[in-house]
Amino acid sequence: MAVARPAIAVTEATAAEHGLTPDEYARIVELLGRAPTFEELGVFAVMWSEHCSYKSSRAFLKQLPTAGPCVLQGPGENAGAVDIGGGLAAVFKIESHNHPSFIEPFQGAATGVGGILRDVFTMGARPIANLDALRFGALDHPRTPYLVKGVAGGIGHYGNCVGVATVGGDVYFDAGYNENILVNAFTIGVAPADRLFRAKAAGPGNPVMYVGSRTGRDGIHGASLLASAEFDAQSAEKRPAVQVGDPFTEKLLLEACLELMRTDHVVAIQDMGAAGLTSSALEMAGRGGLGMELHLDRVPLREEGMTPYEILLSESQERMLLVARAGSEAAVQAIFARWDLQAAVVGRLTADGIFRARWRGEEVCALPVAALTESAPVYRRPAEEPARIEEIQRFDAADVPEPADLTHALLTLLESPNLCSREWVYRQYDQLVGGNTVVRPGGDAAVVRVEGTRRGLALTVDCNSRYCKLDPYLGAVLAVAEAARNVVAVGARPLAVSDCLNYGNPEKPDVMWEFQQGVQGIRDACVALGTPVVSGNVSFYNETAGRPIPPTPMIAMVGLLDDVEGHVTPWWKSEGDVVVLLGRAREELGASEYLAVIHGQVRGAPPWIDLEAEKRLHALCLAAAHERLLRSAHDVAEGGLAVALAECSFGGPGLGARIAVERGMRADALLFGESQSRMLVSVRRRHLGRLRDLARREEVPFTVLGEVRGRSLVIGDLIDLPLEPARERWRRALERRLGV
Amino acid sequence: MRWGVVVFPGSLDDRDAVRAVERVLGDEAVPLWHKDPELRGVDAVVLPGGFSYGDYLRCGAMAKCAPIMDAVRAHARAGGLVLGICNGFQILCEAGLLPGALVRNRSLSFVCDVVTVRVETSETPFTFGCRPGELLSLPIKHGEGCWVADEETVATLEREQRVVFRYVDRAGQVVPEANPNGSLANIAGVCSAERNVVGLMPHPEHAVDRLTGGEDGLRLFRSAQAWLGRDAAAPRREPSVVPGP
Repeated sequence: MAVARPAIAVTEATAAEHGLTPDEYARIVELLGRAPTFEELGVFAVMWSEHCSYKSSRAFLKQLPTAGPCVLQGPGENAGAVDIGGGLAAVFKIESHNHPSFIEPFQGAATGVGGILRDVFTMGARPIANLDALRFGALDHPRTPYLVKGVAGGIGHYGNCVGVATVGGDVYFDAGYNENILVNAFTIGVAPADRLFRAKAAGPGNPVMYVGSRTGRDGIHGASLLASAEFDAQSAEKRPAVQVGDPFTEKLLLEACLELMRTDHVVAIQDMGAAGLTSSALEMAGRGGLGMELHLDRVPLREEGMTPYEILLSESQERMLLVARAGSEAAVQAIFARWDLQAAVVGRLTADGIFRARWRGEEVCALPVAALTESAPVYRRPAEEPARIEEIQRFDAADVPEPADLTHALLTLLESPNLCSREWVYRQYDQLVGGNTVVRPGGDAAVVRVEGTRRGLALTVDCNSRYCKLDPYLGAVLAVAEAARNVVAVGARPLAVSDCLNYGNPEKPDVMWEFQQGVQGIRDACVALGTPVVSGNVSFYNETAGRPIPPTPMIAMVGLLDDVEGHVTPWWKSEGDVVVLLGRAREELGASEYLAVIHGQVRGAPPWIDLEAEKRLHALCLAAAHERLLRSAHDVAEGGLAVALAECSFGGPGLGARIAVERGMRADALLFGESQSRMLVSVRRRHLGRLRDLARREEVPFTVLGEVRGRSLVIGDLIDLPLEPARERWRRALERRLGV
Repeated sequence: MRWGVVVFPGSLDDRDAVRAVERVLGDEAVPLWHKDPELRGVDAVVLPGGFSYGDYLRCGAMAKCAPIMDAVRAHARAGGLVLGICNGFQILCEAGLLPGALVRNRSLSFVCDVVTVRVETSETPFTFGCRPGELLSLPIKHGEGCWVADEETVATLEREQRVVFRYVDRAGQVVPEANPNGSLANIAGVCSAERNVVGLMPHPEHAVDRLTGGEDGLRLFRSAQAWLGRDAAAPRREPSVVPGP
């Protein structure tokens, strides 16, 4: 079929349809000294989109600490990498796929997993585990069950079929996400530390090769139109911009790439993610300070009649672009052929710094690479604290009556959407493939063994968006602290962070303020806890019909266990073990799950935190774990002490506890308050003295609460909860509410 | 003992099977590529879990046509040991080496969990070292693990004691609640008429290490070792041809 190149004249109006502002268009004309071609305009639109250029966030992200003794690769590559000893690197990143997942939950979530997997194996690392952080609207919203089932199904479909274990993540429900869900996917892989592959082109004349799936029309303008604009009532019409995933091809691509990377044929490699061929070509050339010549008519196509514009902008999945050594073309093709995949030479590197795209003898693009990458706009948008913050932080506990039946209140909390078991979700994920999963979903952090070593990696992702809504700075600090605490709870030393910053429209001053507060919070907490940010992603425009989501800076934390045999789980182990609370409770009810669920109030200030005290708690727990004193350890988080005690009872052998409490405060604050920097542990009676000594040394408050005993949870005269029925209600609550 | 582990495009748990064989058993694992024409003289063949050919068309439907399957069929005909795990079980059913078929779980969802299975017969190479009635704790992870067959086939299997594993509760009772996928008669695994080919949905290769899922899966692999090394006191239903080294 003969395809003509559409002759479309480019004007400011065409630019506006591509999401470019008049100023940005004027800048393009100035940079080029002429009007761009239609193809060039498409290239600028994706490269200067918020999604690819980080134009609203870049100036602020520089504040984040990105260096540290363990950091092998900070932000700016496909993924970050840290040294985990033994000559190995852990390579990881978290990334959003929010808008596609709202429009088409199954494929949106599936391709989100596919994209983040490629970011990791592009670096030469074999992916070993996935996490997924999900935010949905209220459970009683009519669309929520459909979205939950679609997203969980899509994640399972892709992750299970590609053969990477999904070992954790989190799920929250809040009406603030009714019209804009969040799907953030995290992958970690392991590579030899001295064989990390990067996306920096080198060697003019070297061939540029296209590998993986053929290119189709799916996902055109996903980055510029889906990810970089607000939603409105017509957003469902953008469904064609959602890509379709093929995890089987991804598995072949993964194996072929890792096989190729054991050779010396590759100079640089990058996956074709957002903005497809365009961004992978330009970013590789840009990092190397080189130019690139591409022959678009040599790109393997899935369908006939595709125009050069479509080939440049397609976001078809399971594709990679690589720069090979000259003369290695046949060897590269042989490896891919073994896996029944295509590898086509589509261009070469040039020294002139120009990105040229040709199609049937015609030059459709001739753009200076630096104009697209370095000269991309950077905005310092106006930011202003909204008046609502002061109002919603106002809270007087005296206005809230204490429930007469606290056992009933605890049961209500255990069945509430954000505290009930997530088993219905993670049962759909293969948690085991790869054979290294030591702690499965349901604990504080997942633990995976590093193949062939004694080491283990602890993985968690956390963010309480209610805290962030009420105080975007403190909420971000608390997200980092909780993530670190979760890693510490399993006995791992927190190493580094990957963050996924989900916010509304940055062109609105109050959203920009929330974003800036969030970045500062992450910075302060990461500096204090010594955990650099090595990779991440910003997702703006998470709003529909003018209503932004609650600020949601998702924090994925990676920790290291030198001896994975020494890992700790949250569940009671034996009757007679002593239950100890490390850390101190204050009378804090503001922003709590209790306040929201039992009293229907979302207000007050989030709990206070002293990051130095948090560090001391970590030092204590790690010392105790190292000495193998801890039979169990569990972070006290949403739902407070009572919910934490119930969770310790629900897993493992299913033992209860008998707890004595000293009433220094309201009973509901004592039971359900969410004071920070607390860890609930159990130890053998003979180790109690040693733990007390360590707590004294680290200056961490130490309180013996009671002992592991029986099949009920008894807390003084406040709570008497028989475990078995409570556990069943906690376990089944989500599927019951979803109606599955 | 030499174990061949077949790698199809989309095989996933092949690495786990190799680890179980090499690191835990201390045996030799021989990776076999789906395009290979022969089995390189292995004693036993493992068809591992995964999504061969993406499970496109139907689980196992394309894998049964892979070149290596002719060699697997010949090996099975000659009495050689074959173990199909999860997707491998699906492939063996598709290939006609085992009876029945595996269809979508009754819940319509993928399920990852740990189940208890009861060993129904010790007269297969892979349960040779087990007691009938013995309970094993093994992981499952599948979307299409509901075993079905016509009534006559089920009756034949029961009569010939060819049901090898059944899903049971912790007390060892066959109850509906213990059935994770809706399989007929809680059947988790079956064997061929000659008893040398065994397929099951649970993953013994994921239960060979205390740290990552318990050690009950070792019983199957050790059984096969014992079977091959057995003396004259072998069970009655011996394969007609003992596979060579």
